[in-house]
Amino acid sequence: MEEVKESHQRRWIHLRKILERPGPFSHPEFEPSSDVLDFILNTCKILIIGAGGLGCELLKDLAMMGFRHIDIIDMDTIDLSNLNRQFLFRHKDIGLSKAQVAANYINGRISGCQVVPHCCAIEEKKDDFYRQFHVIVCGLDSITARRWINGMVLSLLNYDENGVLNQSSIIPLVDGGTEGFKGNARVILPGMTACIDCTLDLYPPQVTYPLCTIANTPRLPEHCVEFVKVVQWPKENPFGVPLDGDDIQHTTWVYERSLERANQFNIQGVTFRLVQVCASEVFKLASSCCTPLNNFMVFNDIDGIYTYAYEAEKKDNCTACSNIPQSVDIEDPYKMKLKDLIDYLCENVKFQMKNPGLTTTIDGKNKTLYIPTIKMIEERTRPNLSKTLIDLDLKDGQEIVVADITTPTSVIIKLRYAINDVEII
Amino acid sequence: MSSPAPKSPEQNEKTKKYDRQLRLWGDHGQKLLENSKICLINATALGTEIVKSLVLPGIGSFTIVDGDKISEEDIGSNFFLEKESLNSSRAQIATQCLLELNPDVRGDYIDESVEHVISNTQNFFKNFDVVIATALPEKTLIQLSKHLWDIDVPLIVCRSVGFIGYIRLQVKEHTVIEAHPDSESPDLRLSTPWPTLKQYLDSINIEQLDQKEKSHVPPLAILHYYLNKYRNEHNGQIPQKREDKEILKQMIRDSGHSEEGNNRFVLEENFEQAIHYANSCITPRSIPEHVKVILDDDCCINLKQHSSPFWIMCAALREHVQAEGELPLKGTLPDMAADTMSYVTLQNIYRKQAEHHIESVYRRVQQIVRSLGLPQDYIAEDEVKYFCKHSSEIHVIRGSCVANEYHKANPDLTFDLEDPDSLIFYYVILRGLERFISEYNAYPGQLDDQVEPDILKLKAIIGKLLNEWGCSNILRDERVHEVCRYGGAELHSVSAILGGCAAQEVIKVITHQYKPLNNTYIYDTITSTSATFCL
Repeated sequence: MEEVKESHQRRWIHLRKILERPGPFSHPEFEPSSDVLDFILNTCKILIIGAGGLGCELLKDLAMMGFRHIDIIDMDTIDLSNLNRQFLFRHKDIGLSKAQVAANYINGRISGCQVVPHCCAIEEKKDDFYRQFHVIVCGLDSITARRWINGMVLSLLNYDENGVLNQSSIIPLVDGGTEGFKGNARVILPGMTACIDCTLDLYPPQVTYPLCTIANTPRLPEHCVEFVKVVQWPKENPFGVPLDGDDIQHTTWVYERSLERANQFNIQGVTFRLVQVCASEVFKLASSCCTPLNNFMVFNDIDGIYTYAYEAEKKDNCTACSNIPQSVDIEDPYKMKLKDLIDYLCENVKFQMKNPGLTTTIDGKNKTLYIPTIKMIEERTRPNLSKTLIDLDLKDGQEIVVADITTPTSVIIKLRYAINDVEII
Repeated sequence: MSSPAPKSPEQNEKTKKYDRQLRLWGDHGQKLLENSKICLINATALGTEIVKSLVLPGIGSFTIVDGDKISEEDIGSNFFLEKESLNSSRAQIATQCLLELNPDVRGDYIDESVEHVISNTQNFFKNFDVVIATALPEKTLIQLSKHLWDIDVPLIVCRSVGFIGYIRLQVKEHTVIEAHPDSESPDLRLSTPWPTLKQYLDSINIEQLDQKEKSHVPPLAILHYYLNKYRNEHNGQIPQKREDKEILKQMIRDSGHSEEGNNRFVLEENFEQAIHYANSCITPRSIPEHVKVILDDDCCINLKQHSSPFWIMCAALREHVQAEGELPLKGTLPDMAADTMSYVTLQNIYRKQAEHHIESVYRRVQQIVRSLGLPQDYIAEDEVKYFCKHSSEIHVIRGSCVANEYHKANPDLTFDLEDPDSLIFYYVILRGLERFISEYNAYPGQLDDQVEPDILKLKAIIGKLLNEWGCSNILRDERVHEVCRYGGAELHSVSAILGGCAAQEVIKVITHQYKPLNNTYIYDTITSTSATFCL
């Protein structure tokens, strides 16, 4: 006897009603049929970035919504403090790879599901890896990583000779974030709707304490902790490695030195709802069974339950998705040092870079201005930091290629001098 | 390496495991959670998602009441059922799968329908702190809600159909001590400083400090100094209006400039902060209107022997306010630019005064407890401490019984129904859906070939309901169609969203922290919008 076709199994009956019947609110291109579930079950490939609190919930929700070809990527291992919300992990799993344990759990629980784990950093994967997915979902707590993946999906876009975006090169990005009783979810259609960098002002730079405060006039426990982290750890380096916030020996050391326990880690909430919004959005995108979120939603349940959905606007001059070289106005290139330019790129809300490296072309020759990430080049280019833009032969209109961990590609900035009569001797 | 000795290994481990949530509701909230018992009626996908989000943070125990056997559809939508468990008791398997999540939690189940339990086990629900119900038929819902209302056990009713979700919280009276408001102005009392504070601030003469001292003096001292100066020049008045505050701010600005480089004036950070505080912190702190209402509540004025600790503390607070004219001092000093010594000194002055107020309220609490003939430890000093610290945030919700919505001419929806896009229409449709199920014993649209006829039937039922409520039939047809399309399908991702929300409300009810939903929440996944209605 012939086996019942998978998409006709009774376990999918809930999904089948939604996917095989027309509805008044479905996407105009939605054609109800059993092919939709077939696509979800057998063809659609999803990538989940992060296997933490958000990632575990996403993985469960997507697998329960019929997606079976799911890849999950996370470089972290499981810690005791994860267990109160990362519910795919047990006490016995402490120390193992999050992606691996999460994948094994789901594959064991949900028949037919084929989750593939990747225990590495997102930067270790190249564009060919990312290109294979239909939708990418982020459950990340780092803005830098979000911007990197945002840059990656933007770099996968291709345009025809008239500059028209090739729709098939779009990989939707669904992103969620939570903190305590608050959170947000958003859908990004790269090249079409607002990207992460278009709305960078929504992610305020992390609170940092002025060094003079933490060193000389500490008032809060946080100041003390910060001092130990920023000053004492690098100086004494008790374990001969960089500080690892998940290593109990390290944190105990910090604790003892600071004497006051404080919130030195990013607070991650115990609430999962935003992620589930993300899962519904992936389902909507993949099946077209109704129109996707356009495009930003915030959530807060400190007082009752409150949600607000709105359309975040795409920025015409966005550093990531506009393809327009970014002008940087320079008041006085005789005074502005390369260091000042780098500080500007880090502090300006539009750029918010972390550790940029700068190269340019002068008289047809490549010139490295400053590269912080490679020790030898850093040492060689360090003297440039205290040189002015004029000393470095940089002219009005000069294009500088900037590389940073916030993007897998590079950003081109164009210097614009306020004074025109720059004399180049 | 010498670590500070943990109180006990187990406690230390627990603190680490629950570290992230302890930052949200503290040890005292966690303790309430760990002592709580909840009951889930019907282990649907939605039901188990709610319990999951309560087991993970460590509730005391749960009990599942469900007489159904596991079907293939159940396995397709409910994560906490295993594929091998087809035809087993749904209550039993869900309990097992949920218990796996957290060894600290206890759980048991009753393999019987809720109707059976209601009619056969007296006082069954009395022992629970919250009862959660999903997929209840209309008749059972009315019966259960009345019963729980009578025995004063909070009930949370949830439903997930297709892309639509519904949560209804039924609680007779709920009191909140820590509302955790998003933003609040610091409680500094500079216009009415108590003697110790005044003495300390008076000892700092801003204009006699040298440049370095000036840059480290606390903003409060600056503000106090110029506030006094302003008062001397304005017949002892404090600045009330915007223009007056501007004069005060200008005085501070003039004094705070230091010369640097080419005549560039830089305002020191502490002076900037003093100007900032001048906006919000010199007007005498009045008692917030919502607190006044609570202090004048009958429950506060006429205490009884069974009055809850909350109302006894309110009565003590009322006496304190009558004597002092102000709420107890919060006692926390916001971070501000200052040298360590003066900041710590100020911090101690604020803390001591707050302790003094707590003592005063606690003394009154003890007197009241004694006069009511209650045991002396009825209210712990720690409880009074939290209560005083958050006395400006206290909050009371008086709810309504779900069964009342089923009385004729109830609820009054005329106002909400005026907006044709309002999500209240999904409430109306869900009520129609309930009625449909009790009449036809099936979900509208359950069978593929019955969608069209069921739309007509459901529309007729809804028309009748609206008629009973005295509303004209202005429902958008496509919404009725959409709900029939679902045919009772439960989508996992929708249930997961609702489950998280509902669990959070349960936590609020148990911990008495954060303001819970009042009282009906509708979530529409189609548009990713939601709304709250008070029915």
